[in-house]
Amino acid sequence: MAERSFVEEVEKLRLDEGEVFSGEGILAVTKALLESGVAYIAGYQGAPISHLMDVLADAKDILTDHGIRFENSASEATAAASLAASVNYPLRGAVTFKATVGTNVASDALANLASGGVTGGALIIVGEDYGEGSSIMQERSHAFAMKSQMWMLDPRPNLPCIVQAVKDGFDLSEASNTPVMLQLRIRSCHVHGQFVTSRNRRSAMSIEDALNNPVRDVERIVLPPASFLHEHEKIARRWPAAVEFIEKRELNEFFDGDMQDIGLVVQGGGYNTLIRALELLGLADVFGESRIPLYVMNVAYPLIDSEWQRFCSDKRAVLILEEGQPNFVEQNAANILRQAGSTVSLHGKDMLPLAGEYNTVTLLKGLRRFLEQYSKIAAEPVVPSVRKVIPLMQVNELQRPAPPAVVETVIEDSVHARPPGFCTGCPERPIFTAMKLLEREIGEHHVSADIGCHLFSILPPFNLGNTTMGYGLGGASASALNSATGKRAISVMGDGGFWHNGLTSGIANGVFNKSDNLTIVVDNSYTSATGGQDILSSTAHNAMRSTNHAIEDAVRGVGVKWVKTVKHTYDLKAMKNALKEALTTVTKGPKVVIAQSECMLNLQRREKQKVRKALADGKRVVRERFGIDSDTCTGDHSCIRLSGCPSLTIKPNPDPLRLDPVAAVLDSCVGCGLCGEVSHAAVLCPSFYRADIISNPNRMDKFRQGLRRSVIGFLQRRDAARRNRLAF
Amino acid sequence: MNFLNAGPSRTIKIAILAMGGEGGGVLADWIVGLGEHNGYIAQTTSVPGVAQRTGATIYYVELFPEELASQASKRPILALMPTPGDVDIVLASELMEAGRAVQRGFVTPDRTTLISSTHRVYSIAEKSAMGDGRVDSNELIAHAGKAAKRYVKFDMALAAEANGSVISAVLFGALAGTGVLPFGRAAFEATIERGGVGVKPSLRAFGASYATTQATEEPVESTPGVRPVQWTVQEPKLMHLLERVRLEHPADLHGTVVEGVRRMIDYQDVTYARLYLDRLQALTASVGKTELALLRETARYLALWMSYEDTIRVADLKTRSSRFERVRDEVRATDKQQLAIKEFMHPRIEEICETLPAPIGRWLMKPHAVHRLIRRFTTSGRVITTSSLRGFLLLWSVSRMRGMRRTTLRFKLEDARIKEWLDEVQRAAAHNPLLALELAQCQRLVKGYSDTHARGLANYRRVMNAVKAEGARMAPATLRDLRDAALADEHGKALDKALARHALV
Repeated sequence: MAERSFVEEVEKLRLDEGEVFSGEGILAVTKALLESGVAYIAGYQGAPISHLMDVLADAKDILTDHGIRFENSASEATAAASLAASVNYPLRGAVTFKATVGTNVASDALANLASGGVTGGALIIVGEDYGEGSSIMQERSHAFAMKSQMWMLDPRPNLPCIVQAVKDGFDLSEASNTPVMLQLRIRSCHVHGQFVTSRNRRSAMSIEDALNNPVRDVERIVLPPASFLHEHEKIARRWPAAVEFIEKRELNEFFDGDMQDIGLVVQGGGYNTLIRALELLGLADVFGESRIPLYVMNVAYPLIDSEWQRFCSDKRAVLILEEGQPNFVEQNAANILRQAGSTVSLHGKDMLPLAGEYNTVTLLKGLRRFLEQYSKIAAEPVVPSVRKVIPLMQVNELQRPAPPAVVETVIEDSVHARPPGFCTGCPERPIFTAMKLLEREIGEHHVSADIGCHLFSILPPFNLGNTTMGYGLGGASASALNSATGKRAISVMGDGGFWHNGLTSGIANGVFNKSDNLTIVVDNSYTSATGGQDILSSTAHNAMRSTNHAIEDAVRGVGVKWVKTVKHTYDLKAMKNALKEALTTVTKGPKVVIAQSECMLNLQRREKQKVRKALADGKRVVRERFGIDSDTCTGDHSCIRLSGCPSLTIKPNPDPLRLDPVAAVLDSCVGCGLCGEVSHAAVLCPSFYRADIISNPNRMDKFRQGLRRSVIGFLQRRDAARRNRLAF
Repeated sequence: MNFLNAGPSRTIKIAILAMGGEGGGVLADWIVGLGEHNGYIAQTTSVPGVAQRTGATIYYVELFPEELASQASKRPILALMPTPGDVDIVLASELMEAGRAVQRGFVTPDRTTLISSTHRVYSIAEKSAMGDGRVDSNELIAHAGKAAKRYVKFDMALAAEANGSVISAVLFGALAGTGVLPFGRAAFEATIERGGVGVKPSLRAFGASYATTQATEEPVESTPGVRPVQWTVQEPKLMHLLERVRLEHPADLHGTVVEGVRRMIDYQDVTYARLYLDRLQALTASVGKTELALLRETARYLALWMSYEDTIRVADLKTRSSRFERVRDEVRATDKQQLAIKEFMHPRIEEICETLPAPIGRWLMKPHAVHRLIRRFTTSGRVITTSSLRGFLLLWSVSRMRGMRRTTLRFKLEDARIKEWLDEVQRAAAHNPLLALELAQCQRLVKGYSDTHARGLANYRRVMNAVKAEGARMAPATLRDLRDAALADEHGKALDKALARHALV
């Protein structure tokens, strides 16, 4: 069950010819796939295209109606390899995954696919995660398109352009027998807008047709001598076909302007930001009417020589606004222009920063430099530094007390970063609390981290984890750190990473190479970091997929002898003991601890509805939450350092004698129990209490309550009276 | 930051800064819906992802009049991210997020209306500090007020809670109340109704917030502090104590000392309060009444130390009727609901020994068969249900041991430490009252229970040893440095470094 439901929105996918679709970019892409007559779709979730996978999962009825096969692939490599269906058959297929991290995993399949080429249109939708808010290493997917000679589209970030790019992408792919990458930037994925729909199309050929009439063509298989032919074919046939198609269909756009002697070149994805920057300079209006001619490359690769030559022919200078590095476009353009003997001055990274996101402010600075150099705008006046004048002071002023010194503070001191952390009640938190507590007993260990929510353990307050090498590679990245005598390294791996590749790259590799390390597999029933999608080991029932395959069986299946499953991660003692045993046992070979508890976000979504219904029906419901007695809390905040729960916070000390703020539990507490476990295990303090709030109490509850009230009430009243006598 | 001087534009630019789960997305969708139903072209986007997990997210909305677009037969090109210096409205769901908007240059005095809540959701750095790591809210408010053209602020978390709704509805109400958008109140309310989820509470919160925003005066925030002194009491024993406070201490200190007296009586009895005053008087007599800061801090920390948290105190506080009421209040249990309170306690053999009369306690601390037996039974924590008869009577009887507290091992230990500390303070005061002040504040290092207490005490000893070794050579600033270092981390690494830096190892 994914974090966000699109059940209502997917009805928009049924819109007919000429209607107005209003919604998010991701949903528009799905609609465009249906309008393009796609036969199959596959992918692996991950921001920013997680929602695309969720939309597709929620749209299963519509996909079935159109005879479309949809797969939640095991990995990006699986997704990319599924495009093999378009090699021999005129079947249109689309796959999607996240940015360079996904493309890295997929690139073996992509390279093979690109070598042999395709018959049916093959579209690879890559969610580009670059710049602000990104959670990955900053690289460009562009390089993959170049090295395998696939074409790459980067449309302007509005719904009509994105939808058109999907359709053009399939046509381009078929016209040039080449897979096409559609780069969707993170903000484009989530942009809200409108477009006019077309009728959905069924694929002319069905998957059954293909299976019943298999086609085999040795020339499409990557084996010598065909592989040598492929390389020539790419250059001699597919590339020129692509260039011809791009020129004819006018995929790239030219916008005219009155400043004829200069020009700007931008990829489609950066268009809106450029227009805003020009608008702020007074050189464009809100409708994009620019005074400077623009060449907007909706096709980021390949570059079209003729278009470059045409755009630059009457210009003194051209500025390329190319985000990210290396500056592939700029280098390529320089080569094209040089060989054509063009005299235009080419600018790019000489005026703009080499690295980092090109936001409006960055573009503004670069544009200013360019326009000043070519005398299109006046240089900004330099503000002269203000000379400090010491006022003459009258004598009688000296006798007055000096005014209090005004301390100028800077806002940087007051604004803290908010690193992401584990959600309230997250079952992964106790795993790291246990590791922290264990650290106090047996010292620090090398911790090899992995991709997933559990990666938040590297941040405060846990500060655990030394490296992260990629999704599912937590185990693999500790493989060299094996020694018969040293401490054992600890690897952390999520269930998502485990099924993605960790089972083989980490666990099986450890068995084969006789590793002695510990791998903790965090089994919370979903790929939680990408939005709570189901995987093989999900405990939920999923009508579309086969779930409930135990991780422990898989681990034992590849030969691990020492496996412990902790079924309730909140049991801190059990968690700590399992880890301690794994790190100290004399048994040789890889150790695996499987830490199980369901993702709290998913659990709460389900539970809240049930509780609401039970309450409405007048049934007895017990809600648990934690609290802290502020009069016994001494404000040391050890509990927070061992938890970091968003519900566990601080508040001003109500005690007039004390200064340090006390710990406090917010009402968002879901009563997971970790606070109590921590205060027990770490022998913290007696301030924590758990309140069991009983709604609709039954007769037994009421009887007990009456009995208690009489005795406890009597004693409490007596004590209060004694205290009152001495109160003032 | 290089601020722009953007020319006039018909595009309305709105940035929303919210934390995960605060409904920033809902608010953005509301504004889009509001615009689209009232003749505007709307675009919104955001960068969700890991930001959903408690991190901060910026939602960005642009609105453009449909009419102008039709006149031009063109569609506007709207941006996907806010540009510093070019934002009309900033909505922040929390005060530090407002500060972040200011820091990023989204709030400028020429045009930006800033609407933010004044409540705080503390950052992890603020929360995990060993002492007080909180950022000054007034500082954030001052910066925000200076940066904005107009700043609308109130505690929106409180307003949301009071109306059983969420902060996004309150922000939406404040947005309507400021009148910065060209839409009437009815249009806003219709937007909420179209959403169809939690409409009633949202409208309630919206209305309240709308009213608050329109009212010019801002709610006054109360600051907790020392209560005013009430000098007339009935009880003659108390009268005598108050008389002493009045005569023996400068007026500036009365509030703090009376609070100390109150604490001593609440903790033990009137005799104990007398001891507290005796100890303070000894100091006042030696340093004089003019050392206000030193006297106040000593009065404060002496009261805290003399009311150290032992098992008797904890049991006493946990069983009070006022505490039962406070818990009911805090967890928001209604009268119809029942409440069970379960305590998480971990009495170790150390706590048991310390609660026994000193000779028996000392004997039991020695490693012999009885010690080992008890130790075995105290390895794991216990959950005690104070609201049940059994649990209550257990804790209540522990609290009754107050009468014999003076004979307990813990009392002997603490009493000796207090005397030693006071002696040091007095000795230092003789040559440097500033150093004495720093010394008095060192009591702050000793707090918490069990391991935390042991760690604090160990740090305190290391600092005090340095003080003793240095004597009059110790500069007050150095001592403050050591104290801050002792509070900087759990492993004492900062204190090691600080001691080394001052060549005090």
